[in-house]
Amino acid sequence: MSVTILVSNLVKRFGLKTVLRGLNFSVRTGEFVAILGPNGAGKTTFLRILATLSKATLGEVAIAGYTLPAQAAAVRRRLGVVTHLPLLYEDLTAEENLRFYGRLYSLPNLHKRVQEVLELVGLFERRADLVRTFSRGMQQRLAIARAILHDPEVLLLDEPHTGLDQEACAMLDEVLREVAARGRTVVMTSHDLVRVSELASRFDVLSNGVIVASVQREQLDPDQLLAFYRQAVRQGDQSAHQSLAAVHQREEIL
Amino acid sequence: MTFVRATAAVIAKDLAGEFRSRELLSAMLIFAVLVILIFNFALELDIKTRSTVTAGVLWVTFAFAGSLGLNRSMAMEKDRGCIDGLLLAPVDRSAIYFGKMIGNLVFMLSVEAIVLPLYSILYNTNLFKIGFLGVVFLGSLGYVAVGTLLATMAVQTRTRDVLLPILLFPLVIPVLIASVKASMGYLQGIEAETIRPWLNLLLVYDTVFIAVAFMMFDFVVEE
Amino acid sequence: MQPKPKALTYLDIFTVVLFLISLGMVFFYAPMEAVMGNVQRVFYYHVAVGWVGMLSFLAAAIAGILYLRSKDRKWDQFAVAAVEIGVVFTFLNIATGSIWARPIWNTWWTWDPRLTTATIMELIYFAYLMLRQGIEDPDRRARFGAVYVILGFISVPLTFLSARLFRTIHPVVFGTNQPGAEGDFTMTPEMFHTFLFSLFTFTFVFIDLMWHRLRLGRFADQVEQLKLKFSQHS
Repeated sequence: MSVTILVSNLVKRFGLKTVLRGLNFSVRTGEFVAILGPNGAGKTTFLRILATLSKATLGEVAIAGYTLPAQAAAVRRRLGVVTHLPLLYEDLTAEENLRFYGRLYSLPNLHKRVQEVLELVGLFERRADLVRTFSRGMQQRLAIARAILHDPEVLLLDEPHTGLDQEACAMLDEVLREVAARGRTVVMTSHDLVRVSELASRFDVLSNGVIVASVQREQLDPDQLLAFYRQAVRQGDQSAHQSLAAVHQREEIL
Repeated sequence: MTFVRATAAVIAKDLAGEFRSRELLSAMLIFAVLVILIFNFALELDIKTRSTVTAGVLWVTFAFAGSLGLNRSMAMEKDRGCIDGLLLAPVDRSAIYFGKMIGNLVFMLSVEAIVLPLYSILYNTNLFKIGFLGVVFLGSLGYVAVGTLLATMAVQTRTRDVLLPILLFPLVIPVLIASVKASMGYLQGIEAETIRPWLNLLLVYDTVFIAVAFMMFDFVVEE
Repeated sequence: MQPKPKALTYLDIFTVVLFLISLGMVFFYAPMEAVMGNVQRVFYYHVAVGWVGMLSFLAAAIAGILYLRSKDRKWDQFAVAAVEIGVVFTFLNIATGSIWARPIWNTWWTWDPRLTTATIMELIYFAYLMLRQGIEDPDRRARFGAVYVILGFISVPLTFLSARLFRTIHPVVFGTNQPGAEGDFTMTPEMFHTFLFSLFTFTFVFIDLMWHRLRLGRFADQVEQLKLKFSQHS
């Protein structure tokens, strides 16, 4: 199977603060990867770099055979992204929002595609209503519709379950399964281990700016995910302290 | 071609949203009328003073109302994360700039299209001179060209609402001076020879700043 | 933390010596101007500080371009350093101008194109400093700062042009009827030497201040780094 996302030695600094410290990551086509990690580990930063919204300080990123940031336009065409915010215009209807984004992607048969996607996320009945009248859950569904509108090869989601009720979560999971079933690659960050354990095919733990552990779902009993996660975070903290101490020792010698 | 289509999509989206809510236009318009009202009492706009201050009053009004509109138009993109949505699309960043800029220009011209007749009626002044309307267009163009770029920066800062006028006004002083002087020239029927330098200045400013904003927009949206 | 480099110490001394010489030239070498009297002596430093202001803003704009091309933090620090110096010297330029104007034009202030432009320029760079203050993320601060400093510098000549056009069409009333009263004068060779030497001196003042300010920026960075290190350990 071919590799869809390849990240090597990714470093991201904000001024003097280093958020990602030499992160390595690769995803094969059709995998569904959940990135787990404590708050402040760099999950959002990492996803924003994959999404071409932020640039790496150092290191290589390639998606679908195109390198970032040089070939960002080609990558964008193949990427669907769901962020914390819905990325929707409140004064437009659900349908108008999708049509607008569809025009930016120059999609053919836009009208038909919009209807399809609206049905998929269960918003067809509400298509002519303004987004400002939508609940958080409905907005999130529409945000996902927006992300999959151009049938992207890679779908990136940043904590998509946050703020959703049970019903909306179930609906979201269903859409994600459908996307994954069609062989699309999905990368999702989350801290909801229970939800994720049933969805993803692989779990990676991001801690202190690096991926510290990775496991396939077949290799792990669903009940053991929490234990695995805790173990990985603890190890990550320890090695981070060691490497930090080593760096500082070296600086002091100098 | 995709460039033009993307630009058109952004403009159409802004106009459709505004047509429905009318938030931005009504705010700009009410604000503009209020400014004129205040000027009315502050300056005693009687017939004698009117001929000399009309151009100044109008341009100050447009500048204030314009900064209100620019702030709102960009805040809308920022607050709901829509600016990320635009950046995720496989379109040139400058298409986004031109889309927003032309949208803002349409809003500003719409406000002017209502304020000018209103002013004509209130003060019994004929403002419908083709030269003057040309100046209104050129001045507004320069104003929104810089304003769109700076508003994009301002909404990404902590002090957003306060910051835009502070960033914008010192940079658009040449536009405002030139617009006021050229407008006054046309309204008072001064010969074209004396107005020409101001028109040239406006044209130079518009050209330079549209080009610079076009080149710089990438840097104010990309991380 | 590096100790103060030797070259900087020498530069400090050299600049102070230049400054003392130029001060001597202003007061003792240059002759008293016949019409305006002693107050004309402010002219030498008035122009020199204005020159430093322009030099700083030019340097800041160039640093802005270099920052956008390389994304190297040092250019951002360079630009802020230059703008801070420029703001102070432009203020001195306006203040010395006022001192000169009071007895000569009989007013502290007039909307002369150069005066107007200097004031607007000052406001542009105040806005630049305010913009920086409103942004937490250092990369974004540097990027936005670079964009604004370039835009600002481009607008200055247009501002000057509009202020001058404004005046030629609408001449300011006072002071124009007597050529001498406006502050025109012809320079004697001694005056010209003093003038050039002042420019030369203040160019070194600029370089010296820049160097100190850049060092200060680096120290601030180190403090920040130590703070980060400390917070990561605890």
